[in-house]
Amino acid sequence: MNYADLFRVTLPETTLELAALLVVVIDLGFLRKAALRVRVTIAALLGVVGCGVALWALRVSGGGGFSFDGAIVLAQSGYIAIAQSGILVLTALTLLLLIDEDFTRHIGEFVAVVLMAAAGGLLVASAQDLLVIFVGLELLSLSLYIMTAFAKSSGKSAEAALKYYLFGGMSAAFLLFGFSYFYGLSGSTNLAEIQSAIAASGSSPLFFVAWILVVAGLGFKVAAVPFHLWAPDTYEGAPAPAAAFIASVSKVASFALLITFSWFLLLPGGPIEGSKQSVEEYIRISFQMGSKLAGILLVVAAASMIVGNLAALAQLSVRRLLAYSAIAHAGYMLLGIAAIPTITMIEPTGGIFALTHMVYRNSEAVLYYVLTYGLTTIGAFGVVSVVERATGSDRLDSFLGLHKRNPLLAAVLLVLFLSLAGIPPLVGFWAKFNLFAAVLGVSAGPVPFALVALAIAMSAVSLYYYLQVLKRAYVMPAIDNSPIKAHPVTMAVLLFIAAAVVVLGLYPSLLQNWIQSFYPVS
Amino acid sequence: MLAWTIYLSFAGALLQALLPKGQNTLARWLALSVALAGLALGIAGFVVGMGQGRVVLIDLPWVPAMGIHYLLAADGISRVLVLLTGLAAVAGVLFSWNIELRTNEFFAFYLALIGGVYGVFLSFDLFLLFVFYEIAIVPKYFIIAIWGSTRREYAAMKLALYSFIGSAMVLIGLLAAYATAGSHSTGLVELAHAGLPVSFQLWCFPLVFTGFAILAGMWPFHTWAPTGHVAAPTAASMLLAGVVMKLGAYGCLRVGIALFPHGLDPWGFSFAGIGSWRDVFALLAVIGIVYGALVALVQTDFKFVIGYSSVSHMGFVLLGLMTLNQIGVTGAVLQMFSHGILAGLLFAIVGRIVYERTHTRQLGELETMHLSRRMPFAAVAFVIAGLASMGMPLFSGFWAEMQVLVGTWKVNPWWTIAAGVGIVVGVAYTWRAVQKAFFSDALPSAHVLEQEHGRHFAAITWPEVTGVVMLTGVSLAVGVYPKILLDAIEPAVKALLAGGGQ
Repeated sequence: MNYADLFRVTLPETTLELAALLVVVIDLGFLRKAALRVRVTIAALLGVVGCGVALWALRVSGGGGFSFDGAIVLAQSGYIAIAQSGILVLTALTLLLLIDEDFTRHIGEFVAVVLMAAAGGLLVASAQDLLVIFVGLELLSLSLYIMTAFAKSSGKSAEAALKYYLFGGMSAAFLLFGFSYFYGLSGSTNLAEIQSAIAASGSSPLFFVAWILVVAGLGFKVAAVPFHLWAPDTYEGAPAPAAAFIASVSKVASFALLITFSWFLLLPGGPIEGSKQSVEEYIRISFQMGSKLAGILLVVAAASMIVGNLAALAQLSVRRLLAYSAIAHAGYMLLGIAAIPTITMIEPTGGIFALTHMVYRNSEAVLYYVLTYGLTTIGAFGVVSVVERATGSDRLDSFLGLHKRNPLLAAVLLVLFLSLAGIPPLVGFWAKFNLFAAVLGVSAGPVPFALVALAIAMSAVSLYYYLQVLKRAYVMPAIDNSPIKAHPVTMAVLLFIAAAVVVLGLYPSLLQNWIQSFYPVS
Repeated sequence: MLAWTIYLSFAGALLQALLPKGQNTLARWLALSVALAGLALGIAGFVVGMGQGRVVLIDLPWVPAMGIHYLLAADGISRVLVLLTGLAAVAGVLFSWNIELRTNEFFAFYLALIGGVYGVFLSFDLFLLFVFYEIAIVPKYFIIAIWGSTRREYAAMKLALYSFIGSAMVLIGLLAAYATAGSHSTGLVELAHAGLPVSFQLWCFPLVFTGFAILAGMWPFHTWAPTGHVAAPTAASMLLAGVVMKLGAYGCLRVGIALFPHGLDPWGFSFAGIGSWRDVFALLAVIGIVYGALVALVQTDFKFVIGYSSVSHMGFVLLGLMTLNQIGVTGAVLQMFSHGILAGLLFAIVGRIVYERTHTRQLGELETMHLSRRMPFAAVAFVIAGLASMGMPLFSGFWAEMQVLVGTWKVNPWWTIAAGVGIVVGVAYTWRAVQKAFFSDALPSAHVLEQEHGRHFAAITWPEVTGVVMLTGVSLAVGVYPKILLDAIEPAVKALLAGGGQ
């Protein structure tokens, strides 16, 4: 064990924790008497600086990872670095949207909790060991419960937090139970060792039990059906920045974790060396196992797409609508993750059997999706929160006449919601196209194809409910014509997000090349 | 050069969106100049492109990792349809001169829609084509929902969902074809030459064809068309019938038929005379022709008559495509052009010239108004447009429908006979509409007469006259000398049917 390595690898997390402490100290120590507005601005800006430094730390510490007893515990390469950068950027954007908020007086503590949650997210994304995964998840989840409950004067906030907490506690128990099975079956908490144990022992039914329990636990994190019940209530009751954080940063971390799991449990490990026969046998067993395990994910994915999209049709609250649409989007992304193992293409190159490229293609597409989705959702919650503060509610009808009350805000809403619906040339369309093309590219066959067809059909359904909001904003007559004012920083952030959604949609290669640059050339 | 039609339209849309409120006159002139510039470019491109095959306008790698290109090109079919779009765009602006509500926003959506349409007609990369195709959906929704009339929100949502479901089917087909061809390229030519397996084409073709045909108003997926046309403001009806329905038909031809030629092969068994997808779609097209005409015959709303006549006329396009022979497909493309002009003209007369003055579209009420005497310009224009629309020689519709029917006769004379019935009914409903709306001798009720004394219809304005003269003139010119378009269409159709659209 090398402490210098550990320090280097966890530098971004450490930075965030230090920034969190600093924010609390400054806020409580020096700004007790200052106006709330000033305190919010300083705390949020400090948090943003913390994220920026962590981003720098991520680059400095890049590569390698941390091993203990020869088994890797924290990895930092490839998709993990992408997810971690995404987490930091999205956290910074959430903090910037905080500047206009007034749901709490304890702003220093709130920013500190946000930063700790982000640190948890970083840990979750990079962990390769069940114990560390669990620690990271708990750090993330506990911070999220606190953030949800932060609007102390609002009964809804407390209710949402309690629901979230109870569901979360239960799902953590499931997850831990599943982990214990994995440990019992393989004698290790390390994912790579569990992977070899699966290949060695063949398919034991207990692996399925363990996997189902883990899927239940992670399904809760990404709000996949049938573990989604907390999402609408939490999205509705939580303070807007907390909801935005749950919908974006927490999603990115959880999907990075799902990619890690799929990488180790659904697939035979990376390039494999050995005689042709032994490799083929190894791959055959792994695929057999992997495709069954992935089947469970496919069921969850299909259920999420259907339930999420259909339930969203009936919503009157925009936050609940966003929650159900989040469930639907989680379904699309799970499809991307679950479609990995049906690859059967293996190309021997000098004794090393590589099946990595196709796998990369898939995780690339999922990451692309979750990052752009997170970005769009933060913007959507930003708009909702501005409207909510002006009208006192997030009902569909509070968006009436938005194009008159604040044309710029309405334009941002238009761009973001059309992107979520998957209308080109916005980034949401490209993310979907890329994901579905990846799914069909790596796994031909009737089942993935049928699911892609289902996903596309369901996104046609989704246009209806996104248009319900836009219809209020643009078409229907306003009841109240008084202008809605947004804080300049909030407006700037929202415009930045909308511009990013358009630019990334017009030049999809920008983000894609960046993501690909983290993957080894294949 | 033609590529600038797209950029100009989108730039115009952006400018309109940024225009300060209340600058209605400026907004109108800006829209008109953008539309005129587009038309000028379209004409120039058409003239320059005479006798040339497919010309690549611009080819840039867009997403190199996935083989997606920003590839704009034009062949004879594209050039004719770009020309049509230019004409329809100018006419549409002229006939929306009286829009006072949120004028700049109206023209912003309008020009965005036009830009998307130009883009579809010029894309030779399937992905790019799909992007433009979807870009055209959203402005349609807002134009109808905000500026429309009868049940506008319902009609707008119905239209948006039908379009989006159609494009979802196309997207599934696009992804499947891309993956089956090896995920190398989305270029139309490359995909056509990728040698997609016949069994794959047999299921992918109907999916993609139906997806596009929904927007072309194919029976039984046509129901968005009449409600959409009726609810839309005049300019949008003109565009919907004039060019948006052509997007669907164009997609059927450029993507459906060109990429999946074996999708039309016989199944190897037949059921009640239907032995291939070709038979299925030809049958649906014939049903559309006859059904649309019969329904148009009993409408009480003037605009619904035109709406259903569009369904009927678009049936000819689809029927022409299903002949798969030179003359039939050429006729189909010519019919796209002809119907684009004539439907625009009819909607303009009914929705703008007549409705804006009478404030009713009910044939029963129009009957009592003696419009032929009080609005002679509208009456004359409608009679000419009606004659052209029912297939009078010397107008564009005649050549188009005749070519389709000749092409069909070579394949299956029964289809020709059934479509001929549609033409006869077409004469009937047009005549009925003309007679009821303009030349009825029914005595006005006392109440209406009383009102009439104090009320004169507003004079016909110059944009109206210009628009009518332009559209009638084009239809007449093509009717007198169809070679001007046929010379462009025929080689392109020949190349397309030979495979790959090279």
